[in-house]
Formats: sequence, structure tokens, C-alpha cells
Amino acid sequence: MEVLNPDQWVDKYADYLYNYTIVRVNDHIVAQDLISETFLAGLKSKNNFKGEASERTWLISILKRKIIDYYRKINSNKGKAEVHISYRDEDSEGDWLEENAADPFDRTAEDRMENKELGLAILECLDKLPEKQAAIFKMKTVENFDTEAICKEYDITPSNLWVIIHRARKSMVECLEKNWFN
Amino acid sequence: MKFFMKCDDAVHVCDKTQYKEAGLLDKLKLKIHLLMCKMCRGYAKRNSNLTDTIKSANIKTLLPEEKQRLKTRLQQDEKNLH
Repeated sequence: MEVLNPDQWVDKYADYLYNYTIVRVNDHIVAQDLISETFLAGLKSKNNFKGEASERTWLISILKRKIIDYYRKINSNKGKAEVHISYRDEDSEGDWLEENAADPFDRTAEDRMENKELGLAILECLDKLPEKQAAIFKMKTVENFDTEAICKEYDITPSNLWVIIHRARKSMVECLEKNWFN
Repeated sequence: MKFFMKCDDAVHVCDKTQYKEAGLLDKLKLKIHLLMCKMCRGYAKRNSNLTDTIKSANIKTLLPEEKQRLKTRLQQDEKNLH
């Protein structure tokens, strides 16, 4: 049965929760606040955790409600809000309203959403690796630290590092082939 | 100088290539090895697929100081609850 370890929440789940949130609220500061509120709500309802879901799934279910609450709050302010449309921004050539309408062939928003889901799938696979392996692989591959800096931080030799990276890459390939590409 | 490398070395160079850390000569030797070795060819393909996949996901991570702030807030919250 799973138990909760709030002391490790930030290290283990902050990036995952952040990637989940940022596509949904699109604001760096708000995203961090929502994560903080999620942790607090998690602490408060610790006793409701039955250990049936994983800790991460449980936190995501709280975060989902926090995001909904956030939008409710914005919407309740809507009556007071004014809508400003600026017809001229720096990129547009004329001042036609059509220029500001969404282009149905512009799929970037959708693509971005899919990429974010991919990001979560990658972080989920990363979560399955041994802790140190995951941390080193993430530093090297996602955060692009150089070999020297990582070796220093973990007090390992470059050949240790490459062995760790190799194992991590093999597991990541297998995990993603199973959970993402199929 | 040997132009033929063992699979272990080929795989190692292949990993390094993913981070642009392999030397020119090693990369050349790897190419020769891959021409002859089907198994390593398979590995190399999946390996660079992984690199592309992770790049395209554009994963955002929080900065260490942002994480520290989250930790401090969490500890504060924990204290307040007790």
C-alpha cells in the first residue's frame, strides 16, 4: 500500500504538476500557486488518502479541482471585466478584424497540447526509474546540464555517468514504446 | 589504429552522440560499425528516436529556487496545520 511522503512532494512531483498545469492556465506564477495550494489541500486531506491510487495520481486529482476553482473565480469576475481588442498589434499589417480571427489551419495550439501530454508521459516513465538514475538522466537530457557539472554534483566519474545514462535511456525507450507510441 | 569497434563501445559512442559529446573519429568508427551490425543499428535508431521525442515534448522544469520556494511554503503549511 502506498503512503504519503509530503517531504518529497516537491522533488518528486513539482515538475510533473507544473507541466500538467501550465498548458491549462498558461501563467507561470498562477501555475506555481496552484501547485502550492494543491500541496496544502493534500496535507489537509491526508487522512482521505486510501493508498489505492499512486501519490501522484492522487495529487493530480486535487490539482484538477484547483484548476477548475481557479477558472470559476475568474468567471465570477467576468461581469466586471471589459474586453479590449486592439486592432493593431505589431505584427499585423492592416486593421481588419479578420486578421485577428483564429486560423482553422493553425494547428499549433493543438500540437502544443499533444506535446504537453507527451511531456507528462515522459515524466511518468522517468518516475519509474531508480531515483538517482532518474535525477541524473533528467539533468542531462531535459535540463541540458553538462557532464562535468553533473559529475560534480553527484560525485561520480564520467564513466559512471555514461553507464547510468545508458541504463536510463534503455528503460525510457521501452517505457515510451509501451505507453506512448502504442 | 583499429577501425572496428565492439558493440559495447559502439553503444557507448551512440549514447554520447545523443548529447553531441562524441569525438569525430569515434563517430566515424561508429558509422562503420553500424554498417555491419544490425543489432546496434536497431539500438541507434531507437536511441535517436528517444532524443527527438524528448526534444519535441519541450518539458518545462521549475528552477531550483522556485522548487525551494514551494518547499518552504509546504513546510510552513505543515507547521500551521499542527
